[in-house]
Amino acid sequence: MAEQTKVKFLVFRGTEEDNTLKEYTIDFVEGMVVLDAMLEIQAKYASDLGIRCNCKAAKCGSCTAEVNGMPRLMCKTRLSSLPVDKPIVIRPLKAFPLIKDLVSDISWNYEVNRKITPFTPKEDCDWRIYQDDVDRVQEFRKCIECFLCQSTCHVLRTHDKKDSYFGPRFLVRLAGLIMHPLDSIDRTEHVKEQAGIEYCNITGCCSEVCPEKIKITDNAIIPLKERTVSRYYDPLISIFRYFFRKKK
Amino acid sequence: MSKYKTHEYDVLIIGSGGAGLRAAIAAKEKGAKTAIVCKCLLGKAHTVMAEGGIAAAMGSLDPDNWQTHFQNTMFGGKYVNDWRMTEIHSKESPDRVRELEQWGAVFDRTKDGKMLQRSFGGHTYRRLVHVGDRTGHEMIRALQDKVVSMGIDIYMEFMISHLLLDDGRIAGAFGFFKDTGKFVVFNSKSVILATGGMGKIWRITTNSWDNTADGISLAYFAGAELKDMEFVQFHPTGMVWPLGVKGLLVTEAVRGDGGLLTNNKGERFMEKYDPKLMELSTRDLVARAINQEVREGRGTEHGGVYLNISHKPSAYVKKKLPSMYDQFLEFADLDITKQPMEVGPTCHYMMGGVSVDPQTQMSTTDGLFAIGEIAAGLHGANRLGGNSLSDLIVFGRRAGSAAADYAKGMKSLPIIDQKEIDEHKDWLFSFFETKSDCPPSLVHTKLQDIMERDVGLIRDDEGLKKVLSDLDSLSQQYKNTYLEGNLQYNFGWHIAISLKFMLITAKIVSRASLERKESRGALYRKDFPKAEEEWGGKSVVIKNKDGNMSVSTVPIQPMPSNLEDYIKKEKEEWLNKQK
Repeated sequence: MAEQTKVKFLVFRGTEEDNTLKEYTIDFVEGMVVLDAMLEIQAKYASDLGIRCNCKAAKCGSCTAEVNGMPRLMCKTRLSSLPVDKPIVIRPLKAFPLIKDLVSDISWNYEVNRKITPFTPKEDCDWRIYQDDVDRVQEFRKCIECFLCQSTCHVLRTHDKKDSYFGPRFLVRLAGLIMHPLDSIDRTEHVKEQAGIEYCNITGCCSEVCPEKIKITDNAIIPLKERTVSRYYDPLISIFRYFFRKKK
Repeated sequence: MSKYKTHEYDVLIIGSGGAGLRAAIAAKEKGAKTAIVCKCLLGKAHTVMAEGGIAAAMGSLDPDNWQTHFQNTMFGGKYVNDWRMTEIHSKESPDRVRELEQWGAVFDRTKDGKMLQRSFGGHTYRRLVHVGDRTGHEMIRALQDKVVSMGIDIYMEFMISHLLLDDGRIAGAFGFFKDTGKFVVFNSKSVILATGGMGKIWRITTNSWDNTADGISLAYFAGAELKDMEFVQFHPTGMVWPLGVKGLLVTEAVRGDGGLLTNNKGERFMEKYDPKLMELSTRDLVARAINQEVREGRGTEHGGVYLNISHKPSAYVKKKLPSMYDQFLEFADLDITKQPMEVGPTCHYMMGGVSVDPQTQMSTTDGLFAIGEIAAGLHGANRLGGNSLSDLIVFGRRAGSAAADYAKGMKSLPIIDQKEIDEHKDWLFSFFETKSDCPPSLVHTKLQDIMERDVGLIRDDEGLKKVLSDLDSLSQQYKNTYLEGNLQYNFGWHIAISLKFMLITAKIVSRASLERKESRGALYRKDFPKAEEEWGGKSVVIKNKDGNMSVSTVPIQPMPSNLEDYIKKEKEEWLNKQK
């Protein structure tokens, strides 16, 4: 690694209709991340590069792209973690429509978010909350909404089920609401019918790409699945429903 | 009819950080037709980077009260704060924090289930409500969810490049969508600037890419008075290595939770500078102390000092400072539970900004309001950690409500001047027509070089005058900057426009620093190293007068005696030390 002085990048440039992978070479600086490289390319060779970035500290979740095919935050991807002896390929997120260059249109996520009823506290509560009761919720609230999980989830990425599945990010938000000790809403039906939790077949890809290391599948989705299963598919209740169902 | 798509509002809020979102909620609650426009995506504003906590005298753990919070803030600000704003802030913060909890924020808890509060520099009591070291992010999520559920209109990735006036009062704003380059006019009865800071004028900064001084410049060209612009806070602890993350914030919570500062001799050097408060002294003092240690050869390998928390149990560090743990592990291959961090000063916050009415946050331009980092007054010459987050929600709410009332008082929408828009649009296009070999990024780099050189922690007459002349020549070069491509998501174009904001603001900061001939809080003048009693009673005000920058001083209104009583003793002690 120490002798590496130049790094080659193949960067996606253009729109859906007209695009190319353009080659750029930059000097390697110790500690450099992919976003540093893209900003240097923008400053020196590609003034009109389309790129989203903001905090440069892995806190805002804006600078998403696919680095050698993996959805990543560019500001959190050190060059030293990549095989820099070969060109590094940088593309926009695959699961969303392209705007230009590395910028994709992620507005669908904001539409989904609007479908979730916000936190609705129980009436007359005294707001005494114990740390043990919110540890789980705080894990989910770490989400920086980079939507890497959304871009990785094969239900959205490969099968494009955006009309019937909210995706991991919003199951995490729902889990945070459901497990909040003071939330008063029964959200189980919403999780099953609107959020489409049954589409998830727990491959765990979302957890792998999460920059906040939220255990999305284990801690959010599986507990929500358990709730839907015990509400809708409990065998005893099903038998009960079968025998006592209303005659048409 | 305008040739541009036009939206009409009662209240238009520019910026989606904590202040902007809180203002939107308040305006909407009052029945105003409200919209938020933001340069970034919703939920990505610079507030998400705030780490340590929200200062509010809740008294979860200690016998805290608003008077002590007031006293601490005035002492931190070295007594040039707008005392009325400081009073309002100290009194209203606790209620605003409780509101966040009711909207879904989940703060860390005490053993008996109350909101946990932590120590921070300059605060007498444990006062900062927090969630680990990602408090700003929690605030944004709670406010964002509330805003979305209220159905407030939001224009994301939309850049405002010009404010519109109708006979001296605000008439709206003009700008474009980043993704398409499509121009839009907002015709609005009132406009609230919540655009945040200007850190990107410096190279070493904790600020995000969006903090390009937009609001200062927009307000200046809309004729509003700016105040205290010489006071720029350099946070004592930013990362110094690797280069790519130089300047990145290392939260004060590290010191609040027991972190110690040492030089390369292993000495806890704060003993020399502030033996009473040590590591938890005010930020101006700690930053200059670190600067002096490094200058005098007691720095670390990468030009900082050591900040060590590894004497605390590993689990405690990971629970209290999870982002810091990750940040150093990911970016510097360093485990803060085992090794000391290397830190140094980094440009963090502007205390000055638009001069506003303390009750309503209205500027001297009718119908134009300013809140959060872009408003002057609350923090005086130096801000205490934690006070910015409470600033956002206290004055965001007040401004949203006042702007809605102001709009109600207007019978019809102000008139938009089409010619003004056309001229401005020609300027926006002009970059694509210029032929030169100077891209906007090069101008930006040069600007940062100039500011790092002479408008940092330590300033003087000679350096500031040189800056002003260098900025003049850079502004000439800027006129010839060229761009490639088209209007669609063009990063270079966005920088080119921001450079107008940054160049004028750099000049304002330098001009104000030159005017104040003393050292106070964050402003340290080598040629006037002490605070002067005379300067304690006035503020430097800058205003655009017919295209020229007018600089003057205005007296600070005397404080009523009941408030004076809270701060008298400390103020006298501090003044005596200056002699």
